[in-house]
Amino acid sequence: MASTVVVMTNHAIHAEGLTKRFGETLALDGVDLSVPHGTVLGVLGPNGAGKTTAVRILATLLQPDAGSATVAGHDVLREPDAVRRAIGLTGQYAAVDEQLTGRENLVLVGRLLDLTRAAAARRAEELLEQFGLTEAADRRTRTYSGGMRRRLDLAASLVGRPEVIYLDEPTTGLDPSKREDMWDVVRELTLQGTTVLLTTQYLEEADALADAISVFDRGRVIAHGTPDELKAIVGGRTLRVRPADPVDLADVTALLARVVGREPEVLKGHASVPVEDSAALAAVVAGLDARGIDVTELALELPDLDEVFFTLTGRNESHEMENVR
Amino acid sequence: MSNTLAPRPVPGTVDADRVTWWPWLRHALVLSGRSVTKMMRHPEQFFDVTLQPALFLVIFVYVLGGAISGNTHDYLQFVLPGIMIQTVLFSTVSIGVNLSTDIKEGVFDRFRSLPIPRSAPLVGATIAECLRYGITIVVSLAMGVLMGFRTSTSPVSVLLGMLMVLAFAWCLCWVSIWLGMIVREAGSVQGLGFLALFPLTFGSSMFASADTMPGWLQTWVKINPVTHLTDAVRGLLTGGPVAEDATIAALTSAVILAVFAPLAVRAYRRKA
Repeated sequence: MASTVVVMTNHAIHAEGLTKRFGETLALDGVDLSVPHGTVLGVLGPNGAGKTTAVRILATLLQPDAGSATVAGHDVLREPDAVRRAIGLTGQYAAVDEQLTGRENLVLVGRLLDLTRAAAARRAEELLEQFGLTEAADRRTRTYSGGMRRRLDLAASLVGRPEVIYLDEPTTGLDPSKREDMWDVVRELTLQGTTVLLTTQYLEEADALADAISVFDRGRVIAHGTPDELKAIVGGRTLRVRPADPVDLADVTALLARVVGREPEVLKGHASVPVEDSAALAAVVAGLDARGIDVTELALELPDLDEVFFTLTGRNESHEMENVR
Repeated sequence: MSNTLAPRPVPGTVDADRVTWWPWLRHALVLSGRSVTKMMRHPEQFFDVTLQPALFLVIFVYVLGGAISGNTHDYLQFVLPGIMIQTVLFSTVSIGVNLSTDIKEGVFDRFRSLPIPRSAPLVGATIAECLRYGITIVVSLAMGVLMGFRTSTSPVSVLLGMLMVLAFAWCLCWVSIWLGMIVREAGSVQGLGFLALFPLTFGSSMFASADTMPGWLQTWVKINPVTHLTDAVRGLLTGGPVAEDATIAALTSAVILAVFAPLAVRAYRRKA
């Protein structure tokens, strides 16, 4: 069996022509995906683009109407149990039992993965430690904060040390500060060689975590590439500076114009200008420093999903849910 | 098909960390452990199965007993198996209601993404339910004994009668699960469940002998499997013929199980 696995899988996830219809709605319209071992694929798209449907098919929770997929070398339709052994799934909402404690949740999953009581308890302890939940371990998860629940949910999907992990919008609804925590966890996973499929509505998140990004729209992949390639398509970043004292705004604007060579846009106490690379940031920081200007905000921003979509589709309504044909 | 594959062990574990016996039953038992833990944290879930049989016995025996049998003691001897069965059957409704709400929680997505049989979460829930049914049966009998009920058979026979009620309820609870899977609202599951149970329980020989009823009703009462269950349990507790009624009751419950358990599992899988 080992030899077939090697032959079939230089990709941890490989899907071709996935199609799924719900009544009148074509949720997936011929999606191809490939994720090499140990890499992170970011699936970027608005609500209703088909991201979750694709994940549910790859996690054997749904069957496609057409198309095929292998995960960790196993066909999702013919060998669902083998796929389930190889994957971990973390959904948009935390899939934990609210009446049970954090520890009980993890032990339950371990027992269902055929660990003995002792081994399941050991694994739970490790994960609680790793996710900073040791203190809350014996409290019912109903009392957990949103961030703690997400962490426990992720921990539960790691009990079996899966080769492939699906993270379906892992940070949607989380505070920006909690978002960074989650990113660190994902980075740690990839360091251990886990393959990750991450869906998100934020280009920033895909850019921070993914080796490659597939952009979904209306059940199709409309763009695929590395984050840099994608950013080259949708345009560069925006440098934004907000001086602590509004009096300095004119100076800031002049500085930005000189460094970047383009006229900044001035709006509500801040100045922003499109930049090609991050080199401009260093020059601006040096210039601000030399002039002794204090700032409250200095940011290099990626275009948001709306702008990405506008560039890729020419439509201005990425968040609009439409029935496809 | 996929069962022929050697299971991939959890990496980083050694053989001593793994259990391999009867995965199907073991997974169901692990999940029933989850349900029991949850029940223990909500003791109010036991109110209906403890108070209801006690209350019904008092009402039926002391309010109606004299009128029906001439004296309360004779009626208690007659009605106790009926009350026991009625309260157990009514408590089968709750599993459908509970699963219908439970399944909307994300934790069922977790179960579906694990390499366990699709039916394990349902079977696990039914095993835990047996605890509630067992409590109802024991409480009915204990309350009856306190009120003066006396068995006139051997302890083995009494135990057999109690087990028979338990087994029948376990089979019937699959109907409740199936309803819970196909009906959209948990509230409607309860309504439908009770609606179906009224003709099954009251339209039987539980509370009065069939001879006293009009002909059309007698026809139904004689078909009703609950009548056969009641008569069999009556025989096992207070003496009388058992074999024929017990056979019919066992066969019907097996048929109910064979029809509704697969339907329930299929509906559950579709809900994914």
